[in-house]
Amino acid sequence: MIRAVMVINTQGKPRLAKFYDIQAVEKQRELIRNVYGVLCSRAENVSNFIEAESFFGPDSRIVYKHFATLYFVFVFDSSENELAMLDLIQVFVETLDKCFKNVCELDMVFNYSKMHTVLDEIILGGQVLETNSTEVMKAVEEISRLETASNAISLVPKSVSSWRSR
Amino acid sequence: MEQLKTIGRELAMGSQGGFGQSKEFLDLVKSIGEARSKAEEDRIVLHEIETLKKRLSEPDIPKRKMKEYLIRLVYVEMLGHDASFAYIHAVKMTHDDNLLLKRTGYLAVTLFLSDDHDLIILIVNTIQKDLRSDNYLVVCAALNAVCKLINDETIPAVLPQVVELLGHSKDAVRKKAIMALHRFYQKSSSAVSHLLTNFRKRLCDNDPGVMGATLCPLFDLITIDANPYKDLIVSFVSILKQVAERRLPKSYDYHSMPAPFIQIRLLKILALLGRDDKQASEKMYTVVGDIFRKCDSSSNIGNAILYECICCVSSIFPNPKLLESATEVISRFLKSDSHNLRYMGIDALSRLIKISPEIAEQHQLAVIDCLEDPDDTLKRKTFELLYKMTKSSNVEVIVDRMIDYMICINDNHYKTYIASRCVELAEQFAPSNHWFIQTMNKVFEHAGDLVNVKVAHNLMRLIAEGFGEDDDTADSQLRSSAVESYLGIIGEPKLPSVFLQVICWVLGEYGTADGKYSASYITGKLCDVAEAYSNDETVKAYAITAIMKIYAFEISAGRKVDMLPECQSLVEELSAAHSTDLQQRAYELQAVIGLDARVVESIMPSDASCEDIEVDKDLSFLDNYVRLAIEKGAQPYIPESERSGMLNVSTFRGQDQHEASTHGLRFEAYELPKAPIPAKVVPIASSTELVPVPEPSYSREIPQAAPVSSVSDVGSSGLKLHLDGVQKKWGRPTYSSTPPSTSNSTSQKTVNGVSQDGRSTANSKARDSYDSKRTQVEINPEKQKLAASLFGGSSKTERKQSSANHKVAKASSQAAEPSQVSNTTVVASVGTNLQPPPDLLDFSEPTVTTSAPLLDPFKQLEGLLDSNAAVASTANHGGGNASKEPDIMSLYADMPLSGHSSSTENTISTHGDDANLMSGFSNAARIDHGGPTVEHSTQQLSKGPNPKDSLEKDALVRQMGVNPSSQNPNLFRDLLG
Repeated sequence: MIRAVMVINTQGKPRLAKFYDIQAVEKQRELIRNVYGVLCSRAENVSNFIEAESFFGPDSRIVYKHFATLYFVFVFDSSENELAMLDLIQVFVETLDKCFKNVCELDMVFNYSKMHTVLDEIILGGQVLETNSTEVMKAVEEISRLETASNAISLVPKSVSSWRSR
Repeated sequence: MEQLKTIGRELAMGSQGGFGQSKEFLDLVKSIGEARSKAEEDRIVLHEIETLKKRLSEPDIPKRKMKEYLIRLVYVEMLGHDASFAYIHAVKMTHDDNLLLKRTGYLAVTLFLSDDHDLIILIVNTIQKDLRSDNYLVVCAALNAVCKLINDETIPAVLPQVVELLGHSKDAVRKKAIMALHRFYQKSSSAVSHLLTNFRKRLCDNDPGVMGATLCPLFDLITIDANPYKDLIVSFVSILKQVAERRLPKSYDYHSMPAPFIQIRLLKILALLGRDDKQASEKMYTVVGDIFRKCDSSSNIGNAILYECICCVSSIFPNPKLLESATEVISRFLKSDSHNLRYMGIDALSRLIKISPEIAEQHQLAVIDCLEDPDDTLKRKTFELLYKMTKSSNVEVIVDRMIDYMICINDNHYKTYIASRCVELAEQFAPSNHWFIQTMNKVFEHAGDLVNVKVAHNLMRLIAEGFGEDDDTADSQLRSSAVESYLGIIGEPKLPSVFLQVICWVLGEYGTADGKYSASYITGKLCDVAEAYSNDETVKAYAITAIMKIYAFEISAGRKVDMLPECQSLVEELSAAHSTDLQQRAYELQAVIGLDARVVESIMPSDASCEDIEVDKDLSFLDNYVRLAIEKGAQPYIPESERSGMLNVSTFRGQDQHEASTHGLRFEAYELPKAPIPAKVVPIASSTELVPVPEPSYSREIPQAAPVSSVSDVGSSGLKLHLDGVQKKWGRPTYSSTPPSTSNSTSQKTVNGVSQDGRSTANSKARDSYDSKRTQVEINPEKQKLAASLFGGSSKTERKQSSANHKVAKASSQAAEPSQVSNTTVVASVGTNLQPPPDLLDFSEPTVTTSAPLLDPFKQLEGLLDSNAAVASTANHGGGNASKEPDIMSLYADMPLSGHSSSTENTISTHGDDANLMSGFSNAARIDHGGPTVEHSTQQLSKGPNPKDSLEKDALVRQMGVNPSSQNPNLFRDLLG
């Protein structure tokens, strides 16, 4: 089972954090800090795997991938395969890339809820749900289409349209 | 500046589909991005929380605004600040009819709330309604929330709807419903136990995605108990076969591998189903072999599948062909440049050596490379492998390596872990006593207080008891070498407390035993320790007791004792200490010093820490004193039962004893304290002298011969030597099993005698092979040296010949007559050598030829075991291996002569049964996305860098201060490679 998904930038600021085990807010913060502490001490050109038993409890490991300014981190237990998790990160990032057209850190900051939508299509309740980025994209697009549709009818208020036309 | 900000906002909006956040949110993100310190960031966030609190308390907030506030709050909470004041607003938003708002509400509650939060009760109703919605996206959103928010109490409220959704027309919904049901199972298995058949049903779903999702819960169920699912093996195998043969729609390909995640799941399931089940395993051989052959090892995901195949092969009943392919893949992994692959290779190797230990030898250099790699993860994985392949021949090298690594890391968690590993290996395989002591010293010195206290006690007992070899001089040599090494170490600053306790104890017990060091020298050192670690009471207690012992030994040896001035001041200091334990020890010391040699001899006999303390419950040594007292006219003691005057009391007690305990006075004594300290001790020969000791309470303490148990206060009960239940794997193997107070020492000793024989031969053998290695070592470069010592190069030739018979050879080497038995095995394997070489690994062919000669050594072995039944029961290695013997034999005998061809037929015949499943897959023609999407995706993937776009973004990024250090405008170019 996947225990957590995190996206942390190279300065240690979380960009996305989702815990599939229930954790208190302070604990989450501490975990993110710990993970970042380990990540930034890793040299270049080493493996993408880390043992995480010291802070996530027994039978837990981390797979991470470093893209530009961001670390993508998956925490999981022995029922998953490390290399496969590495590819799952790839799927996640590919999907984000398709979603935002050349994704960068800023996209993630401003589209926080969309990030979650994408992630929820890939992982549900700690289990891998879908691994095809095209499929994920289709689902996400359908959601946003419906969202905007319902939006346009019911509640684009004046303030927004005036603000946008500025 | 202002312009750039506007651009940034527009850009952000553009990528998000026209619904952007307000300036406030951008400002928040920006200021947090620019924050230079944690404190500054906290200040900003706290300010933001204040603003939001104010805003939320306003009446009539427009919904759009509300949505943004919630997103901001989620962001704030991700940064680690409490946003609980807004939870209720998130809950309210889930009630909204608008999909966007509803989804935002659900997102917020799933991130905010735990499954036992009070507010959940307000959401359950909404979830129930949404699960019934016509809009499948609403249903999906609700299912997402269900996975996170529903706990075992609320499961019944949504369970019927979720089960209904398993038959929904949309595959996305079915998939999520399965996941939700799986989640329910994880949270409360009893609530959904009657619904588990649904998972089996969904395995035959038309949509491969749904089938793939079903594998997750099935994997969990099979992990718990594989037996009820054995009937599904055929289906799993045929599904795997179809997937591997690319019968699934193209859209399931990932990096040109057909549905790799489904393959991995299936392999994991097969590994569980085939464990220790020959029949089941045979059905899998063909398909696993196919995957080995077909898998593309150039891509990451291909290697993931190959790794999973190896795991499967190592778990199911061994098949020589598959093992061969697995070995090939492992060597490819280990030779790779990628750290990831080498990591997987090491992991795979450690799985496989359980089945065929000889394969590690082929990869020795690669393993050593991994051990010397700067990558910590890889290093630790390699230590894990080494731990699994430790033998008495390579234990020294491995433990040395581990200790070296332990010294250089700071991670306390792992330090503790590796220290315990070192201790375990050292206890199990130590080649010599001296080496063991040295190793333990190193472990204590560097890992110190991270080591379990038990380990320290084991070490003390080991030094005290010796090593079971009846050679007393060896024991005393060992003790003096321990004393010597401790005297060397004791001066070093900041030693860990546990280690100091060991040092003090050993110095007290054996410091003056060989006469090399004077009592004043040792006591001086001990005083220094007590002074240097003056805030560690346990160490001080150990030190003062040690000093007392040394003086006691001096007195009983008839020498005159001059207390050192610093010792005197220490005693004075301690007799005024806050700790009553220290006070008592100080007074004891003073009392002992005042006694004459004979008394001291009896209360503090030298080197008697291992003697059993016998308890004289009748207090017979007091008889003399009692007689004298009676003669002087004292009243004799009348036992309670015979007291006539107290009749009413006894009847009272007899009648309602239980009532007496509830009210009124209690007449029976309080329960004895559980501490194993005997009240009186036998080594006291002449009792009359003892009684007049001025402070009678001390007489209880002083006579304790075992100095360890004189740590008698309740607080430090954890420090006591636990003689029973302590793991003790070498030395005298039986000691730990006998409780210290029982006196069946005769039977014990005979057992010891027998087991010692076995051990010493094994020991000497190990040492021999080690020596011979050393000579070889000098010729080779350093790495090969290490390799040789790790992998046992000297036994290479023999090993290769008898690779199939390896276990046999190993078992035999533990037996009393190794030479004879191993000779016969070699003969046997020479017999097989006549056949073509590949058969050496193949178990199936040589069955007939090898089994006959093999029977002989086992007969002999059995004979040996019969005569030495004691060996089998006490010396655990010998016994363990011997009991494996039937297994090995069945391995040879049961192997089908044509394992492969028969299993192929099997799967082909079963194939027909699953024809509909297969057609189901091919029927699921995904017309809307087959070829076109693939093209689309390749187009997307191959879109080159768009410099203008990227530069704009980069400018914005710099502007926003999100990632000022960014140098690569096209941030995700590496993704496309």
